[in-house]
Amino acid sequence: MSCREVQELIHGYVDGELDLVRNLEMERHFRECADCARTHERLRSMRSAMNVPYFQAPPGLETRIRARAREASGVRKPPRRSLYWQWAGIAATLAIVALGTWRVARTNHQGDVLAQEVLASHVRAMMASHLTDVPSSDRHTVKPWFNGKLDFSPPVGDFADRGFALIGGRLDYLDNRPVAALVYQRRKHVINVFTWPVPEQPDRGVEETERQGYHLMHWTKGHMMYWAVSDLNAAELRELVRLVSGG
Amino acid sequence: MREESEVARFEEVVLPHLGAAYNLARWLVGNQDDAEDVVQESYLRALKFFTGFRGGNGRPWLLAIVRNTCYTWLRGNRMGAVTTELDEDMPLVDTGDVNPEALLIAAARRELVQRALEQLPAEFREVVVLRELEGMSYKEIAEVAVVPVGTVMSRLARARVRLEKILTEANPAEARA
Repeated sequence: MSCREVQELIHGYVDGELDLVRNLEMERHFRECADCARTHERLRSMRSAMNVPYFQAPPGLETRIRARAREASGVRKPPRRSLYWQWAGIAATLAIVALGTWRVARTNHQGDVLAQEVLASHVRAMMASHLTDVPSSDRHTVKPWFNGKLDFSPPVGDFADRGFALIGGRLDYLDNRPVAALVYQRRKHVINVFTWPVPEQPDRGVEETERQGYHLMHWTKGHMMYWAVSDLNAAELRELVRLVSGG
Repeated sequence: MREESEVARFEEVVLPHLGAAYNLARWLVGNQDDAEDVVQESYLRALKFFTGFRGGNGRPWLLAIVRNTCYTWLRGNRMGAVTTELDEDMPLVDTGDVNPEALLIAAARRELVQRALEQLPAEFREVVVLRELEGMSYKEIAEVAVVPVGTVMSRLARARVRLEKILTEANPAEARA
């Protein structure tokens, strides 16, 4: 990569918008070129300098918007009740809304944090070239390797015949616990599938998110949580997800 | 006349993004009262267009409307303030020798950074707000500002160069290494 290209892409790089290959090329360039490394350093300081306020919406704005939206659509407000019941109703609604918002915010936040953790693990493993602790395409080697290292036995499938070669397994740490990471490859794309037990949780269908050019899919099956992450396109990643959750 | 359920769905899709809508409007129009008006107006417009919303993420969809409403407001209230200063051709990277530490010293004064950002043309300011405060991806920002992803990156680059300049010039004694 030339300095010119690096200078053009450097903002994409600090914003986490580049694909993995370009990311690695940028990093190599920074190691070799002091000028570009300095520009990168400056840009990072610039970003951390951006501690500007996030303006909070004034209280009451939401209520006004709800009222105006209903008025504009001609949706009738509920009939008037006595003042006492109105206030009691408002208080109860507020309590429920507050609780609901708190719970939704909490779940969303937890999901977000987890997605970020999963993505960070994936990227870190790729960058450190530490993809596997047990490099093997044989699931009969990979599965027993986890014995004694984890308090559960992760399901290990090999789908080489479907174009997803198992290249090994690794121990990782997510959601405050050790987890199994199974590493698959499709052409040049690496896919990490993280698994850990969630005894309390019912089965849940696949949810997809996209972050910084990576696709993340997670689901719960048989009291196990699964997260698949890759820069592979969503359609092909879905195919692996189907294989993993079906097998 | 709309169905109660449609209004409820509208509220469900766009009201969670009220914080983002207000923050963007506040940064673009510059004061609380006008930002509130613009946001209310935006929600009414969004309601009108809601049948055209194809599902997916409501945030960029709503913010595109908020942005539009802000620009209409800006054009009506301060003629020319929107695009006059925007020069898309300024260099992507400033070659001046700025000391990153000095930059951080300047930035430690929060009101300085706020003022620096307020000085940027709206098209630059909004990409910084959407990227740094909302944490939106280039693709989402492109959706809001209705420009190609490459333009998002170059505007962000130019915005950052300008901010750096403003901030280090505000602190000239320490800024030059």
